[in-house]
Amino acid sequence: MAVLLLGEVNNGELSLDATAKTVTAAAPLGDVTILCAGASATEASRTAAGIDGVSKVLCAENQALGHRLAETTAELIVSLAESYTHILAPATTDAKNVMPRVAALLDVMVISDVSGIVDGETFERPIYAGNAIQTVKSRDGVKVVTIRTSTFDAAGEGAPVPVENVSFGGKSGLSEWIEDRMADSGRPELTSAGIVVSGGRGVGSEEDFQLIEKLADKLGAAVGASRAAVDSGYAPNDWQVGQTGKVVAPDLYVAVGISGAIQHLAGMKDSKVIVAINKDEEAPIFQVADYGLVDNLFDAIPKLIEKL
Amino acid sequence: MKVLVPVKRVIDYNVKVRVKADGSGVDLAHVKMSMNPFDEIAVEEAIRLKEAGKADETVAVSIGVKQSQETLRTALAMGVDRAIIVEAAEDVHTDIEPLAVAKILNAIVEEEKPGLILCGKQAIDNDMNATGQMLAALANWSQATFASKIDIEGDHALVTREVDGGLQTIRVRMPTVITVDLRLNEPRYASLPNIMKAKRKPLDVKTPADYGVDVAPRLEILRTDEPESRKAGVILGSVDELVEKLRDEAGVI
Ligand SMILES: Cc1cc2nc3c(=O)[nH]c(=O)nc-3n(C[C@H](O)[C@H](O)[C@H](O)COP(=O)(O)OP(=O)(O)OC[C@H]3O[C@@H](n4cnc5c(N)ncnc54)[C@H](O)[C@@H]3O)c2cc1C
Ligand SMILES: Nc1ncnc2c1ncn2[C@@H]1O[C@H](COP(=O)(O)O)[C@@H](O)[C@H]1O
Repeated sequence: MAVLLLGEVNNGELSLDATAKTVTAAAPLGDVTILCAGASATEASRTAAGIDGVSKVLCAENQALGHRLAETTAELIVSLAESYTHILAPATTDAKNVMPRVAALLDVMVISDVSGIVDGETFERPIYAGNAIQTVKSRDGVKVVTIRTSTFDAAGEGAPVPVENVSFGGKSGLSEWIEDRMADSGRPELTSAGIVVSGGRGVGSEEDFQLIEKLADKLGAAVGASRAAVDSGYAPNDWQVGQTGKVVAPDLYVAVGISGAIQHLAGMKDSKVIVAINKDEEAPIFQVADYGLVDNLFDAIPKLIEKL
Repeated sequence: MKVLVPVKRVIDYNVKVRVKADGSGVDLAHVKMSMNPFDEIAVEEAIRLKEAGKADETVAVSIGVKQSQETLRTALAMGVDRAIIVEAAEDVHTDIEPLAVAKILNAIVEEEKPGLILCGKQAIDNDMNATGQMLAALANWSQATFASKIDIEGDHALVTREVDGGLQTIRVRMPTVITVDLRLNEPRYASLPNIMKAKRKPLDVKTPADYGVDVAPRLEILRTDEPESRKAGVILGSVDELVEKLRDEAGVI
C-alpha cells in the first residue's frame, strides 16, 4: 500500500502542523509520499522532507497551481494517482475544495473528515455535527480521504528524504485567483493552538470583543468565535469554531458568552479542558464544561485578565 | 440563464439526534425534517439572481425518498419556478452518496443546460462537503466553494470564498458550480399565498434509471455509534477559584 499525501502549501510555505498530523494518520496505511504543489513549492518540499515517517516528497511547481485552485490541483493529483492506494489530505478548506473533485475524476467516493483509521479500507468519521460516529468500509479501488487533524498528533522531525520534481503541463483557465484577504493577528493558529479563547453573541459588539482578544493574549492563546459572533460582525469568519467552521481540540478551551449549540460543540468538544463563562446557568455549554462560571463576562473577564 | 439548485431533505438542525442503541444508525422515523440550511441560502440566492434579471429560470432538484417533494415544495414556495424529484430510495434512512447525487445532477445538467448550479456547502446530516465539487469535476466545469459573495459578470462569476485564513476571491468561468456558505444571504420565509401558489408549480418525478445512474453506495456503513460523551464538571464560585483550578488541578495555565 502507498499513500499520496497532499501537503498543505500556502504561498509557497508548508503548514507543518496540519501536514505532520496527516502523516501520523497516513503512516499505518503504507509508504507516505508528500506532494507539495504551488506556484512555488521548493521551500515547502524541503520542510515536508524533514517530517518523520515520510518516504519521499514530490514537488510540483507551476503558476497554474498557485493559490491551490481546485481545477488544476485536482488534475495534478489525478495524473499521479495510479501509483497509490490512498490519497490523503488534511481536512482544511483547501483540501475540502480539491479532494472531492479528485475523487469524482477517479470515479470513487471521497471519505471526508476522517477521525479514525481502522484499517486500509475502514474509516471512522463524525456525522450529524459530531452527534454520531460512522464506521465505513470503502469498496473503491483508491481511497480518497481527508483527515480531521484535531484527532491526530503531529509527526516529529526526521532525517530528510529525497525530493523529486514532477512536471505539470496543465492550464485549466477555468478559474483565476483575484485576491486573498488574510489578516495576520500574530497569534497562534486556531487549529494548532494549545489554548483557545472564544467569544459568542454574549460579547455584544466588535469593540467588546477586544476583551476576548486581551484574555487570549494574556494566555498566549488563539481567538475563536461562535457563528453568531461572526454573523454579527464581532469577529472575522476564519475564527468560527464549529460544525461548519474550524474543529479544534486544544488543552484548554475557554467559551465566553457562548450558549453551546450542538453546531458549536461539534468544533470544540474534544478539547482537553473546557471552561465556560456565561451569565445563564441553564446554558447548555455548562453540560460539557469541566469548569463553569455563572457570571457576567464584563465582570469576570477583566478580573480574570488581572489574576493571570 | 437557467439556475439549478440541488436541495436535500435532512433532519431539522434544531432536532436532537438520536443514535440507535444497536449501532444501526440514527433514528429518522418520526423526527422533523427540513431543507438543508445551506440549501435554503442557495435557493434564496437563485431567486435573487432572477429578481435582479441575471437569471431567467430557477429549478430545484432533490434526490432521495419521495417525501423530498415536501422540501421541493418549500423551494417552490420561496420562489423557485419548477422542481424535479429523483426518487432514489424508499427507506428514509437511506442516504444517497454525493458521488451518485453528482452523477444524477450531471445528467440533469446535460438535459437542462443551466448556466449556474448553486449547491449548499455541506449537508448537515452526512457532513460530507463534496457534492458540488464532484459535480463540477464530472461536468468538467469550474467550481467556487464556500461562497459568501457572488457577482455574475457576463460569462464569469466573481466569488468571495470563506477559507481557513480569511477570505479569498476568485473569478470562475461560466457555466460553473458554486457552493454557498452561511453568510451569503438571509433566506426569506415563504408567505402563505406563495405556499398555496407553490402547489400548482410543476414538479417532475424521475428515477435514477431515467438518467442511467447506479446509486449503489461505495461506502458500506458498518456501524454508527454515539460519540463518547463528556460529563458536566463543576460550577465554580469565583474567578479566583477558576484560576486556582486551572493552575493546580488541570495544570493548563
Ligand atoms: C447549518 C448551521 C451551521 C452552523 N454552524 C455553526 C458553527 O460552525 N459554529 C457555531 O458556533 N455555530 C454554528 N451554527 C449556529 C448555532 O446553531 C448557534 O446559533 C450559535 O452557535 C449561537 O452562538 P452563540 O452561542 O454565540 O449565541 P447565543 O446562542 O445567542 O448565546 C449567547 C450566550 O451568551 C450569554 N450571555 C449574554 N450576555 C452575557 C454576558 N454579559 N455575560 C456572560 N454571558 C452572556 C447568554 O446567556 C447566551 O448563553 C450553525 C447553525 C446552522 C443552522
Ligand atoms: N440527495 C440530494 N439531493 C439534492 N441535493 C443534494 C443531495 N445531496 C447533496 N446535495 C447538494 O449538495 C450539497 C452538499 O452536500 P454534501 O456533499 O452531501 O455535504 C447540499 O447542500 C445540496 O445542495
